[in-house]
Amino acid sequence: MRLEAIPNPSLSRRFLPPILALIATVFVASFLAMVAGGNPFAVLGLIIKGAVGSKFALLETLNRATPLIFTGLAVAVAFRAKLWNIGAEAQLYSGAIVAVLMGTGALAWSSPALIPAMIICSMSAGALLLLIPTLLKTRLGVDEVVTTLLLNFIFLLLVSLLLEGPLKDPMGMGWPKSARLLAEARLPRIVDGLRLHWGFGIALIAAFVIWIVNTKTTFGYAMRAVGYNAEAARYAGMPVNLIMMQTALLSGGLAALAGFSEVAGLKGTLTLDLSPGFGYSGIIVAMLALLHPLGVVVAALFVAGVFVGADSMSRAAGVPTYLADIMLATALLLMVVAVLLTKFRIMRD
Amino acid sequence: MGEVVLRLEGITKNFGALKANENVSLNLEKGEVLALLGENGAGKTTLMNILFGQYTADSGRVEVFGKTLPPGMARAALDAGVGMVHQHFTLAHNLSVLENVILGTSSLWSWKLQYKQARQQLLELANRYHLKINPDAKVSALSVGERQRVEILKALFRQAKILILDEPTAVLTPQETESLFKTLTEATEQGLSIIFISHKLHEVMKIAQKVAILRHGKLIATKETRETSPNELAALMVGNPIRPPAVTERDSGPVVMELLNVSTESQHHSKGLKNVSMRLCSGEIVGLAGVSGNGQTSIADLVAGLITPSQGKLHLDGKPIDQWSPRQSVLSGIARIPEDRHHAGTIADFSLTENSIIERYRDQPFARHGWVNWQAAEGFTQELIRQYDVRCPGPDTRIRLLSGGNMQKLILGRVLQNDPRVILAHQPSRGLDIGAVHYVHKKLLEARQKGATILLISEDLDEILQLSDIIHVASAGRVSPPFQRGKVTPTELGGWMSGAAFAKQETLHAP
Repeated sequence: MRLEAIPNPSLSRRFLPPILALIATVFVASFLAMVAGGNPFAVLGLIIKGAVGSKFALLETLNRATPLIFTGLAVAVAFRAKLWNIGAEAQLYSGAIVAVLMGTGALAWSSPALIPAMIICSMSAGALLLLIPTLLKTRLGVDEVVTTLLLNFIFLLLVSLLLEGPLKDPMGMGWPKSARLLAEARLPRIVDGLRLHWGFGIALIAAFVIWIVNTKTTFGYAMRAVGYNAEAARYAGMPVNLIMMQTALLSGGLAALAGFSEVAGLKGTLTLDLSPGFGYSGIIVAMLALLHPLGVVVAALFVAGVFVGADSMSRAAGVPTYLADIMLATALLLMVVAVLLTKFRIMRD
Repeated sequence: MGEVVLRLEGITKNFGALKANENVSLNLEKGEVLALLGENGAGKTTLMNILFGQYTADSGRVEVFGKTLPPGMARAALDAGVGMVHQHFTLAHNLSVLENVILGTSSLWSWKLQYKQARQQLLELANRYHLKINPDAKVSALSVGERQRVEILKALFRQAKILILDEPTAVLTPQETESLFKTLTEATEQGLSIIFISHKLHEVMKIAQKVAILRHGKLIATKETRETSPNELAALMVGNPIRPPAVTERDSGPVVMELLNVSTESQHHSKGLKNVSMRLCSGEIVGLAGVSGNGQTSIADLVAGLITPSQGKLHLDGKPIDQWSPRQSVLSGIARIPEDRHHAGTIADFSLTENSIIERYRDQPFARHGWVNWQAAEGFTQELIRQYDVRCPGPDTRIRLLSGGNMQKLILGRVLQNDPRVILAHQPSRGLDIGAVHYVHKKLLEARQKGATILLISEDLDEILQLSDIIHVASAGRVSPPFQRGKVTPTELGGWMSGAAFAKQETLHAP
């Protein structure tokens, strides 16, 4: 068995394999649900119901998708330029810290002034945080996979330090959490009465903007050129290191927005469990989306739906939520294979 | 007539609308060298990939030693005794020669046991075919010619009885080609059969007994080399008789670019320059000859803006250049045709359109306020495809699907379109077929006629002698004094290439 390249894949060739990958994922999940003692149809039904079956479920999924869109975009932008940013988790927390620093009473501004200021400052924090590993990479050749990954742990400890110290809520009865954000610093809901905040709206806008940047601007063109072939980009006169740093600023900023939107939109406060690994899930989201910004939205909704649906299924059917992790891992693996099949055909010997 | 070892019967292969091979039938006899001749995109490589099981033919049959090969199985071709040396080598750089040779020949468990025996076998083979090689050398430390030897040894080690060589001389110096031919002759005498893919006519005439000519995927003719002539082959290959472009006399204009006692640091892949002076005038082609790796890359990188002099000065229009970068080089009106069109010249996964604007994506008319004007870019690309005869499905095609010649045509078009003042042509015709080579030469001569300054760097002495008004020779980072067209013999140039003439010059100038 071997692979043969297809020069001009047809439309069905491009879209069928990914769809089949999703169907296959469902089969694997059903089998595992059965092993765990559940009825596979009931389990899948419960997951879907839990993800989109009611207004509450749907809103929960959208809320969960919001930070994933941000981190997914952050990873997609960086990976496209072959900047291996594994540190979206740290950048997320840097955005959250800035949101708390500015939103808990330090600035007595009204919402229209305060929220944009918080967005800009959060993004700057995340941007600068990714700039450090990028400078180490371009100047000294230090592998950014290692540095960005390690920064995640450093930042989690920093957050812990802050929550036990200067940022600790005096009214928190000893819990390691920050003070609550002022009402002016909170992101309003998109529709009154529905538990969905503007973070989701900003995420959609961000995805659209990144798509435009990628396809229509010279910066997007340069980012892709550097990612595909840095040598040719340098030969053609592109400022490769500068483009790398600009990419880092954009990627870090996007990841920080995830932290900002979780604090200012959803939680209202900073705790150590603000992110259940959104930074890492962002990598899955970006890969599932094949690094396409609009695909990131779809992939984030899928990943969020699986998580939310599995939570609810677990309560009803007694099958562990680990099923969600397995489903996502299976989906990712199969998607990688499916993408291969959009470009190659399998030849039998 | 000898025993037929390989038979291709009615091979047809389509890629979409493109007919890569159409009903091609060939016979290869034992102990014979069969040359497969054809232009870029004529279907030579596709045919060999089918034979070797890398592609599956739409119809047709491959028969080796009387047995039909299952289609699309490289393993079967290998087992049947077919070995292929690809144009782009498939060696692991960080492994030794021996490790590369035995890679994949035995199961992992028996690895250690086979080492000693394999070394013995390898040395025997090397001895038998006069392929001098050190089995313990790292491949990364070998020259291109030596790497090719390893590839051939790899095939022989796998007991190949039929050897396919895809454009083996494209990357070799004349001396290396000579020694390759000796090896091939040796091999056929010992009973091997060889398919030699090429588009260099004099090589084909020299090494092959039989020539099969492909054009547009069809087998046009099969000729005995003793009954044909290079002219006839050329005509068969391109469909109509071609002549190399004529060089007209022309007076040179003012000095445009000048290297004044330039020295550079040696880069990891190229020798640094030592006190080099060169003068490039308008309306003339300055040829830089020399064996590869003697400082040519440094001169090319210097003109392209990738490196700056550590000592000495680079002058443009009589003014010293202070700020120098690839971008500055582009902005100064220097057209750069890079040596490595796959890595430096193009981005494989970008479309033709995206590749044509790569040097000018920030400038009018392709950009305005940070937005790319894709309409202008595509219009420009359509124009290049039309004017420079780039054979491709369309401007949206990824450039990796183009043949080397068509890729080079796009690069030529991209840099020549705005009538550049200086043209840096680094190995512009390497690996191209006759038609494409003549095309490149014609375009360079046209630019010269328009008054452009051209620096032609080539390892092909014939190319240098044919085109250049002024000739320099590079050797060990030094550059010879200029020689006028027709005032120097190849033997004299050879003296400079080997470095001997430099030594003589130094003793002459010694106090």
